[in-house]
Amino acid sequence: MERMKIGKEKFGDFLTALDKQLYAPQKVGETLRFVPVTPENKLDLEFSNTTVPPKSVLFPQVETLYQYELGKTDLNLPDGGEERVLVGVRPCDARAMAIVDNLFSWDIDDPYYLAKREKTTVIGLACSEPGMNCFCTSVGGGPASTEGLDLLLTDLGEVFLLQSLTEKGKRLCQEAEGTLEQATEEEVTSAEKLHQEAAGKIVRNIDTGGISEKLPELWDSSLWQDVSEACLGCGTCTFLCPTCHCFDIQDEAEGLEGRRCRVWDSCMFSEYTLHASGHNPRPTRRERTRNRVNHKYSYFVTKFERTACVGCGRCINLCPVNIDILNILAEVIKEAI
Amino acid sequence: MKENANPYKPEIVTIEDTWQETYGDRAIKTFKVVLDDEEARENWSHRPGQCAMIGVLGVGESMISISCSPTEGKFLRFSVMRAGKVTQALHELEPGDKMTVRGPYGNSFPVDEWKGKNILTIGGGIGQAPLRPIIEYVKANRADYKNLSLIYGARTSADLCFKSEFEALNDRDDINYHLSIDIEEEGWPHYVGFVPSLLMEVNPSPENTIAITCGPPVMINFVLQNLKQLNFTDEQIYTTLENRMKCGIGKCGRCNVAHLYVCKDGPVFSYATLKSIPEAFA
Repeated sequence: MERMKIGKEKFGDFLTALDKQLYAPQKVGETLRFVPVTPENKLDLEFSNTTVPPKSVLFPQVETLYQYELGKTDLNLPDGGEERVLVGVRPCDARAMAIVDNLFSWDIDDPYYLAKREKTTVIGLACSEPGMNCFCTSVGGGPASTEGLDLLLTDLGEVFLLQSLTEKGKRLCQEAEGTLEQATEEEVTSAEKLHQEAAGKIVRNIDTGGISEKLPELWDSSLWQDVSEACLGCGTCTFLCPTCHCFDIQDEAEGLEGRRCRVWDSCMFSEYTLHASGHNPRPTRRERTRNRVNHKYSYFVTKFERTACVGCGRCINLCPVNIDILNILAEVIKEAI
Repeated sequence: MKENANPYKPEIVTIEDTWQETYGDRAIKTFKVVLDDEEARENWSHRPGQCAMIGVLGVGESMISISCSPTEGKFLRFSVMRAGKVTQALHELEPGDKMTVRGPYGNSFPVDEWKGKNILTIGGGIGQAPLRPIIEYVKANRADYKNLSLIYGARTSADLCFKSEFEALNDRDDINYHLSIDIEEEGWPHYVGFVPSLLMEVNPSPENTIAITCGPPVMINFVLQNLKQLNFTDEQIYTTLENRMKCGIGKCGRCNVAHLYVCKDGPVFSYATLKSIPEAFA
């Protein structure tokens, strides 16, 4: 693996040299999210993690499937979109992309997601100060995990250490060759030390081993009632989860212009599973919470042989009533023994 | 984006004929539609038990069972109960109007495995729609199957679908059918009571028989109990799950029962499979 470095003062030049649409974390209202970088908004990589995960770029909250004119039957499909570079993706969120890739490419390809994924290069930023509810190391990740990334940056103060991880990453480095330098042995060593230190700063840990087998045994357990009692059904935990991928398909029409689009949906909403007959197979928050936890730690594992959780901690940090998935998992482990 | 690679892009179809099956708040209307694109029409193939996403541009899409057998011709039939926004818009359509259709989705009834067996369908209300393709398929391949028996019920005689098709069976001695309504009506020549009771009355032998049941969840639960009482094994019993669906291709999430997606792994399940899934009878 080639280790390069780039002076922070040159990082802007590096990105400009790429001549691709850049997406980077920006404050939008109260939330930090990935939006297109424009000359007006300054790149700022001093952040813990974004409120909205970068899934919003590959799988937008509202996405047009096709447009049409009411009364006519021509369906206009969008094109595959531009070449993009995501800058400053945290390793947990990049792993989430690799996880979600499974879903959007199993059996039948999802052309909307995969076209964007193909045209997107992901530049990661290793964590040095994990958040208080980060638990990536409990679910197979780490502050400098590289899965899902094309390049990984490590902040060494004056410079970024830059690891190229894939062909896409290599191409990016070639395009902006003039701004890069070879990293020294010391720089590589100090980056590795930083990664280790960051992992040591993660305070929340849980042994998730065997959880996928334990969950089905607890189907009728009273724990689901207990852990969902406080839930408001707001859906924040799923909307802001980097691996949650559920969507609804809706038509919108204004005047003669119409479109069929997909919009984020959440298994925490009652309407999500409501039948036309009025019957609801998941009638209360007990069943819905049970589904959310089972899907992440059991169903997805059965189907794709990996957990659909990267330990980013968003669902814990942002739940308005402090429901904590690690506490739920701890209950599962305790009861299954 | 390559158009033919887009599973979300529907075909445009033209409605050739409609039948008002039932009236009232939850009226049922049947549509016979033909795909506009000639190539797509020729290439379309479905199997009994599959469903399709049908829609109205500007309103939305709903997953509906394909209620015809591929043996009937190069068209599709859907029997739609008016229950929400999309089905309301569908009910307003008449012959000549356009709809969108994509699919077919899901697995199907294993009609090849069933060759040489007696086929018994047990339907309730709109639940007869997914059973109709089996009946038509068996009729078209009559020599491949033994007895064909149909049990079907609804609340009142006005709530029964496909009435003229049942009446037409009077002319055939190779198919027997039993109808029921919940409440006594003057002049009603058939059974009065619930479908699970009619099943006990008919008392079918489980010997070399496959029983397929579709209908409201409460009816299915009692039919399953009664079939067990009649000594049917779990492997001889089939039903369909009709969960809410949006994509049809195992992405949007909502139709899951545990790790299975009804749109991919279903809608047809044997009772043996369903019993192993904790959420199946929720």
